[in-house]
Amino acid sequence: MHMDGTDKKLITLIQADFPIEERPYAAVGEKLGIPEQEVIDRINAIMESGEIRRLGASFDSRKVGYTSTLCAVHVPPEKLDAAIAAINRFHNVTHNYERNHHYNVWFTLIAPSRARIEEIIGEIEADAGIGPVINLPASRLFKIQVDLPVIDG
Amino acid sequence: MDRIFSEKEQELIRLLQETIPVTPEPFAEIAAQAGMEPAEVVAKVQEWKQDGTIRRFGAMVRHQRLGYTANAMSAWDVPDARAEEVGAILAAADEVSHCYQRPRADKWDYNLFAMIHGASEEDCRRMAAELSQQVGIAAYELLFSSREFKKISMKYFIE
Repeated sequence: MHMDGTDKKLITLIQADFPIEERPYAAVGEKLGIPEQEVIDRINAIMESGEIRRLGASFDSRKVGYTSTLCAVHVPPEKLDAAIAAINRFHNVTHNYERNHHYNVWFTLIAPSRARIEEIIGEIEADAGIGPVINLPASRLFKIQVDLPVIDG
Repeated sequence: MDRIFSEKEQELIRLLQETIPVTPEPFAEIAAQAGMEPAEVVAKVQEWKQDGTIRRFGAMVRHQRLGYTANAMSAWDVPDARAEEVGAILAAADEVSHCYQRPRADKWDYNLFAMIHGASEEDCRRMAAELSQQVGIAAYELLFSSREFKKISMKYFIE
């Protein structure tokens, strides 16, 4: 999809500063100098193209009482498919990547308790016949930033 | 942090963590589904943004498609006594989106993680080398993702 300058401004605006009020798209339109309906049409088009993957709230897992961790595991090539299936079947797994390292599969886990995280790790290891999974919960958080500016081109 | 969310609040969280309606009054639609008043929903969302329960509210974009084509998970072996100082420096870099201290593990000597975003892998390597100079830590590795197996937003209160 070709995005014009207004689309880019619109994305930046609704990424960083979505108005929390009863008619948010009218408020966005006011800032951009376009009508509410045009804001709605443009957002729908951008969402359809997949450039925006979701429009909503990101909750802080700790503040809703959940706990999170980063896990890694060495998976030999012949077990990769089974390992991915065993890991991805949990809705608690939000990200899962192959990376260039001895530990070649990296995934994040979010669950209501540490005990549940241990339980899920145990099930993954048993299910796929892999492991041990290393469990690396953050002990300190220096930065979480989900917004990156839209780059031209 | 033990906080109890009422049934209504949990329902509201379930609705807000999906894509909200792109119609003139999205919060009124959500309110109707949650059995709340529109103004109540707006106030609750504002309160949750204020106290950090909602980390961010808005559009989540696909970074790769908007110009950031490469990301590297940089992992650093930093003496524990310097972890706080080095973490703060890494976190201050614009190209770093996430930065954490984590425990070391078997065959894993690194205790600081910084996610670096750039236009290319080369770009990420260059930025990591600059950061390495800046913090005076030579023991680091860049792990590039060769495949994405899963990427979703977490859904709470669905189990």
